Formats: sequence, C-alpha cells, structure tokens
Amino acid sequence: MSLADATWTGPLAVRPTFRGAFSRLYLSEMRLTLRRRRNVALLGVLAVVPVFIGIAVKISTPHNGDGPDFIGQVSNNGLFLVFTALTVALPLFLPLVIGVVSGDSIAGEAGGGTLRYLLTVPVTRGRLLAVKTLGVASYTAIGVLIVTGVGLVLGGILFGLHDVILLSGDTVSLGNGLLRTLLVAAYVTVALFGLAAGGVFVSTLTENAIAAMATTIGLAVFSALLDAVPQLRRIHGVLLTHNWLGFGELLRGQVDRAALLRWSALHLAYAAVFLSLAWARLTTKDVTS
Amino acid sequence: MTASTAGASLLTADSPAATPLAVRTRGLTRRFGTQTAVDAVDLEVPRGAVYGFLGPNGCGKTTTIRMLLGLLAADAGEIELLGRPMPADLGSVLPRVGALIEGPAFHLYLSGWDNLRRLDSCDRTADPKTSRDRIGEALARVGLTAASSKRYRQYSLGMKQRLGLAAALLQPRDLLVLDEPTNGLDPQGTREVRHLVRELASDGTTVLVSSHLLAEIEQVATHVGIMSAGVLLRQGTLKEVLSEGTEIVRITTPDVELVTLCLQRLGLADVRLALDDEVTARLGDVPVEDVVREVVHADARVRGFVTARPDLEDLFVALTGEGFDVAR
Repeated sequence: MSLADATWTGPLAVRPTFRGAFSRLYLSEMRLTLRRRRNVALLGVLAVVPVFIGIAVKISTPHNGDGPDFIGQVSNNGLFLVFTALTVALPLFLPLVIGVVSGDSIAGEAGGGTLRYLLTVPVTRGRLLAVKTLGVASYTAIGVLIVTGVGLVLGGILFGLHDVILLSGDTVSLGNGLLRTLLVAAYVTVALFGLAAGGVFVSTLTENAIAAMATTIGLAVFSALLDAVPQLRRIHGVLLTHNWLGFGELLRGQVDRAALLRWSALHLAYAAVFLSLAWARLTTKDVTS
Repeated sequence: MTASTAGASLLTADSPAATPLAVRTRGLTRRFGTQTAVDAVDLEVPRGAVYGFLGPNGCGKTTTIRMLLGLLAADAGEIELLGRPMPADLGSVLPRVGALIEGPAFHLYLSGWDNLRRLDSCDRTADPKTSRDRIGEALARVGLTAASSKRYRQYSLGMKQRLGLAAALLQPRDLLVLDEPTNGLDPQGTREVRHLVRELASDGTTVLVSSHLLAEIEQVATHVGIMSAGVLLRQGTLKEVLSEGTEIVRITTPDVELVTLCLQRLGLADVRLALDDEVTARLGDVPVEDVVREVVHADARVRGFVTARPDLEDLFVALTGEGFDVAR
C-alpha cells in the first residue's frame, strides 16, 4: 500500500487562515526588532551623528573644503546638516547598523533555536524570508529617517532653515529644498537595500549571528576598498557602495534622473540577487539548531 | 502476536479494521556524511495513542522527529502526518501539530507572555481575537501564570520547559510531538507533565513522546518504539513489546545446587545463580506448574517462588546494550 491511500478516517480539518495574517506577522517582527535594546541603541548612534556635526559646526564654523561635503554650507542653512550627516553616516555608521540587524535576522533565530519553533508553527520558509527582508528594509528606512529627521530639526534650531542654494548655484525655495531632502532620504534608503539584502543572505548561511554581522559589514568595507583602488576604475561603477553618495545629484538645478534611476536599479538588482540566493539557501536548509 | 517493525503489525493488532495512523513513515532514511543517522525507519503511531519513542542518546530519535516536522530533509522514504504527506502539506498539517523539539527556545529578552504572543502572531491559523485568552489558558495549563511577565532569561530550567509545553498548547492539537518533555523538571513537574499527557490523550490528542526516562514512559505510554543506532528495533503496544521478553522464574532457596539441577533437567534456558540463595532461569515454553512440581519432588526447600516479565528497562538494556557509551 502506498502512503497516498493510507488509512486516515477522519479528514484532516484544515484550519482556515485569518485575513491580515501577514501584517500581523510583520508587526510582530517589527516589535521584536524595536524592543531589543541593542537595536534601539544602534538607532541612537545614528541620531548622534547629526548632533555631533551640528555642535562642531556651531562652535567652530569650518570653511568649505575642510571636512566632509556640504559642511561649509551648514552654518548658512540648517538643511545642509542633513546632507552632511548622511555623508558621514554612509561609509561606516549606516552599514554597521544595517549589518548588525540584517546579519542577525535569520542567523540569530537559528543560533537561539527559535528558528525551529518558527518553522513548526508553521511559518513557511518563503514567508519567513519575506517578513525578515521587509523587517530589515523597514529598519533601514527608520535608520535613514532618524539621521534625516534629527539633522533637519537640529539644523533648524541651530542654523535656521532657509531657501536653498544648490550645488549648481541656483536658488530654490525652502519647500523645494525639503522635497529634495525627502528624495535624498528615499534614495539613500534604496541604495542601502543592496547591503541589507546581502546581510539577509549571509544570515541564512550560518547559525552564528556575530559572524553574519561581521561578514555583512565586511561586504560594505570590501566594496569601499575596491572603490578606492584607481586601477580598478573599470568596475567602480557596479560596486555595491560606489553610488551611495550619488544623492548629491538631487541637489543640482538639472537633476540627472537617468543616472539616479540607473544607480537605484543597480542597488535593487543587488537586492534581487542576494534575496534569490537567500531563498535558494533557506528553502533547502537543514535546520539542526 | 509479537511486535515487529514490519508494516502490518500494528494494523492487525487489536482492531482488524486498520487503525488510522497519526504518524507513519516508510523507509525513512537520513545520512550525515558517511554515517546513517536514521536507517529505513517505519514509524507507526496510531491515532489516539501515547507513543513512547525510546532510545539512547544519539540514536536518531531527534533526527527522526526533525524530519517528521519538516526541519530536516529525508534522504529516502516517505512521511505522513495526520494522513497528509510531509513536507509537501506542511502548511496545512503543522497548525494541528504542537511540538517541543530538543528543549525549549525563546527570545531571552522577552517575557514568557510576549514569547507566546510572538509565536501566536506567526500562526496564520490563529485567531487574533482569541489570542489573549489562548495564551492565558496555555500558561495556566502549565502553571506559569504567575511568572508570565517575567523575562525568559530569568526562568529556571523547569519554567523554560513549561513555557515550551505552553507554546505547543496554544491551539487545540491533533498531534503533539514532545521531545524529552520532562528534561529539567523536578518530580512535581514530571508528575504534572505525565498528568497533562494523560489528559490530552483522553481528549483524543495523539502524543509522540521521546524520552530516555523509561519508568516515565512505562507509566503513561500505550505504545512504544525502541530505536538504537538509527534503526527502529521494536514497535507496538506496550503490552506486545513487553510480552516479547520471555518470562523469568526466580526461586529463593538454600538448596541452590538441587534447584539448579531441577531447572536444567526441565530444559530451562539461562539457569543462573543470581544471588547466594536465588536461582533464575528463563521459563520458555515450560509451564510454571511443572517447575513447581519438579522442585517439590526433588525435596528442595523453597523460600520464595516468583515469575516475572522483564520491565521496559530490562528490555531496553537487552536491545540497546549497557554502559555509558554514546551509540556512535
């Protein structure tokens, strides 16, 4: 007798699934992430970046050419505190924070043993990957918004918000400037999705969350390293981190939309590749932890 | 009839009309490298049974359980849970299965309550409106109500184990898979778990409970399976499996030589001097009354005469070997 026609008298009462089950799962994931003190502390670190820059500028007034891009304009217009803070946070702090949370996403559950209980609830592996990816993406957006928000508020308090003199020399209204700021935040978030997805992939490879975090941060560092070698100029354009600072394009009179779309597409392509790999790995993974 | 691992044994045991099986595997096999952790296992857990899954550490019990629940892929063989193929129907089968696998695991920085809420939020088949009630009920059932707001980190081993059981009871289940559920529990806790298992079984829940606490299993199980080195050695109702061990006769006497001679004359196997004044032998097909008559006729003085079946522990040790060595 084959298993297919095995004897099971009572039909299996399949329980109905409830509407909004995925949003319930997503909210639970966000609650889990944001209730963890470590993750809140990391957001705190991001908030500190514009605070330090703001105070430093207030007490010293550096000239154009010293320090990171945009810092010379901060004392004239608080809005530039946002751009300076993002420029400072992008190479190190943001990858660090994203690396920790994305690296922990699945490896943390595996290492703690909670993965086997999630999978037997059951959360199917595809849903698990989807909710973990969405969670990390949301956390990334929150991180960028914190740098932006704190920069904006503090910039306004310390230096006031005025009409914006763009990099191209044109002047636009404050409203236009704020819109551009929002677009900058959106671009930076999308640009970081590639790394965040990389972290989720690395996280499916191991049960050791710390190793996954370090590897993810390593990805960003390695890309930046390659980006700094002039002999490798030919591949610079497709590096994970190369166009992160491309948001400056949004601060010109004539915005090169094609370039921005091309760069965004590259970051999303990175994300798609990493997530495909993560899916291939997670759906075939033996869970022995 | 004797218990065996052959497919049809359970089906024809008590009820000729085949008993529906809650868990059924055919030729289930899993290798890790060159080592075969689970070797062609045909597990049969009848619906409504309390099935004691026994075996020494490292014998493949947990690997089998992980394959049943879709955590590990099988190299060969088929699995059916509640009449459905696994892991193909995992999404519709597992909501009806509660599991405790290799000890509890929860988020350290969340309270017991929040940990259960986390799991309940992940279950698409859980009604969010009744979530609060069901969590409260599950916690009450395992006696954790008072500690529900404490962080998991601060739980004792026994409390962690209880929370694991509570998670398995968040929804009504048709099947409970409990891997070492009494690990770390004090005698009271052990008794409570036993009580809980009986209570659930009387409601019709099938329970697959793995353990190496044989006395525990003997008290609560209706069926047992004994596994060693990846092979399911015996399986059947507790009675069947125990009846396989042959009856032993134990005679207390000052005339040990005389009694030994008598037993040998009757053709009993394994005639042995167990103590200074005690002779044991395996009864085999010899009727007990013949033994008594023989001994009395020989004029041996007898202080005690007992026949006994081996208990689960005797059988377990006979099948899986003694000593502390991990199987592999």
